[in-house]
Amino acid sequence: MGRYILRRLGQAIPTLIGILVLTFALTRLSPSDPIQLMLGGQYDITPEDRIALRESLGLNDPLPLQFIKWVWAILHLDFGQSFYYHRPVMDLILERVPNSLQISIAALLVTVAIGIPLGVIAALRRGHIEDHGIRIFSVAGHAIPQFWLGLMFVLTLSVQLRWFPIGSMNAVGVDCGLCWDRIWHLIGPVAVISIAGIANLPRILRTEVLEVISQDYVRTARSKGLREKAVIAGHVLRNALIPVVTSFGTILLVFFSGALIIERVFNWPGLGRLTFEAAVNKDYPLVQAGVVISSVLLIFSYLLRDIAYAWVDPRIKAL
Amino acid sequence: MATDAVTTTAARVRPAEVRNVSAGLWSDALWRLRHDPTTVAALVVLGTMVALALAADLLAENFFHRAFSDQDILSNYSKPSGAEPWLWLGTDELGRSQAVRLLYGARVSLFIGSLGALTALVLGLGMGVTAGYFRGRWDDVVVWLVTTLNSIPLLFLLLIIGVLFRLAPLPFALLLGGLGWLGIANYARGQTIALREREYVVAARIVGCTAVRLMVRHIVPNIIPLMIVLAMIEVGTLILVESAISFIGFGIQPPTPSWGNMLTNAAQYLGKAPYLIYPPGIAVFVTVLCLYLVGDGLRDALDPRLKSR
Repeated sequence: MGRYILRRLGQAIPTLIGILVLTFALTRLSPSDPIQLMLGGQYDITPEDRIALRESLGLNDPLPLQFIKWVWAILHLDFGQSFYYHRPVMDLILERVPNSLQISIAALLVTVAIGIPLGVIAALRRGHIEDHGIRIFSVAGHAIPQFWLGLMFVLTLSVQLRWFPIGSMNAVGVDCGLCWDRIWHLIGPVAVISIAGIANLPRILRTEVLEVISQDYVRTARSKGLREKAVIAGHVLRNALIPVVTSFGTILLVFFSGALIIERVFNWPGLGRLTFEAAVNKDYPLVQAGVVISSVLLIFSYLLRDIAYAWVDPRIKAL
Repeated sequence: MATDAVTTTAARVRPAEVRNVSAGLWSDALWRLRHDPTTVAALVVLGTMVALALAADLLAENFFHRAFSDQDILSNYSKPSGAEPWLWLGTDELGRSQAVRLLYGARVSLFIGSLGALTALVLGLGMGVTAGYFRGRWDDVVVWLVTTLNSIPLLFLLLIIGVLFRLAPLPFALLLGGLGWLGIANYARGQTIALREREYVVAARIVGCTAVRLMVRHIVPNIIPLMIVLAMIEVGTLILVESAISFIGFGIQPPTPSWGNMLTNAAQYLGKAPYLIYPPGIAVFVTVLCLYLVGDGLRDALDPRLKSR
């Protein structure tokens, strides 16, 4: 297992290099001058000071050297100073990452808790009304714009019915970590973002369950008198879930990308909203870091998924 | 896999009257499609949308009597009413007709979705088939590109591009296509790897077929039907992406109306004019839903064996 994880980590390196090159190149293609952006409205700065600042930031170095310096700093977890907040970018990001993870992890749990039973029901009641219902829900869940669903949630359940808060993480003056108030605030964003996962999972699981259920060992389990529930849970589901693990890649991608929109709609102080606000403020170091960090988190989640996959299916390790 | 029996002559065969004999891939598929009410309904809705979007100028001038940018401050925030056609969906904060703006939004969304998907299809097919056929270094490069781009959350990438460049609809569509080809390329590559060792491909190679001819005449025709299905679904996905990125202000810029940036406005005036929020959202939802249904229906029609799954 250790060797598998090491090899898998090694495979992530070229991907990481690609992301760094792309992010760096994109910001350097920008027509605007970073010095201008940094100094903003400060007019009492002499041209000499500007030249000195440019030199001290290393902006006169050749691009490859700048790139290497930038990567070297990132390896030391230094993304530079935010133009807007005048604080180290890494501090700002570290404050926000746990908030974003709360949504993603909760959404993942909800997706599994609802998606797996739905997938099994769709397979077992194939061709019946339940199957059709779940199919319609799946297609509709894929087609509905997440941000619009979020807006509808806020408009109906928060503004009109006043059941849920309009946004943010806590009620004013309350900050109690993971308590009821937090959960109450989490319901909106998690419900909206999980729809995408719940739409995805049953479709894949249904196919797998149907495949497994016709296997000989399932017939054997039934004929030796095992109760149907035990057959489904112990024999069918255990095998059908293995390929489903890979589908979590798509679901995670949707969650990470969706965070940008959902955190904005629900005013959730996470990585997505931080990056969005940085983009509005033209705070390049922060935008760069937001893109790199969210990609790294995504790569890391892919890694966890593959480890989980190798763990449930020992054949994978040999590949 | 799916398209083993596909023949390159399919398009030339005339549809037969009786269906117990196969008349070729496309006419068989058309026949099956006609007997699938959901797909037909989705196609009709989609056709209506396209027609309305194409006729936006005509309708705005002769029916609604309003251009999408016409402001009428005196009748701003008017609720939807049947009094005059241009008030059917109400007006926004500047008194612009929502109905007319929705029509032009359809134009932008459908244009970006279809051009983007077409770009993705061409890129994905080109990259995927060549990678699968030549293997080696080129394959490594393509796989690396796909993995890398798949590891950056798409909206974050579009955000950083949106900060640096203000894009008009045409380059924006090309950009979306340039980022949306990954799925198609992956599939094309897998299929090509499977097909290149087939007897008929090996036979063609032995008689001296060039690589280009092999790919164009013997491999691509076998995978194109399902590629078109994937591209169809991609149209829907790109419409969703466009509306999301325009909603947060980094996609299509006002005053050009797009369903996404209409919702930015609607969200801002949620308290004062909540009715503004329904039409653009429903428009995106219905359009994407129909595209997915048509994609699914087309896949079943092209390969009925998949339907049971």
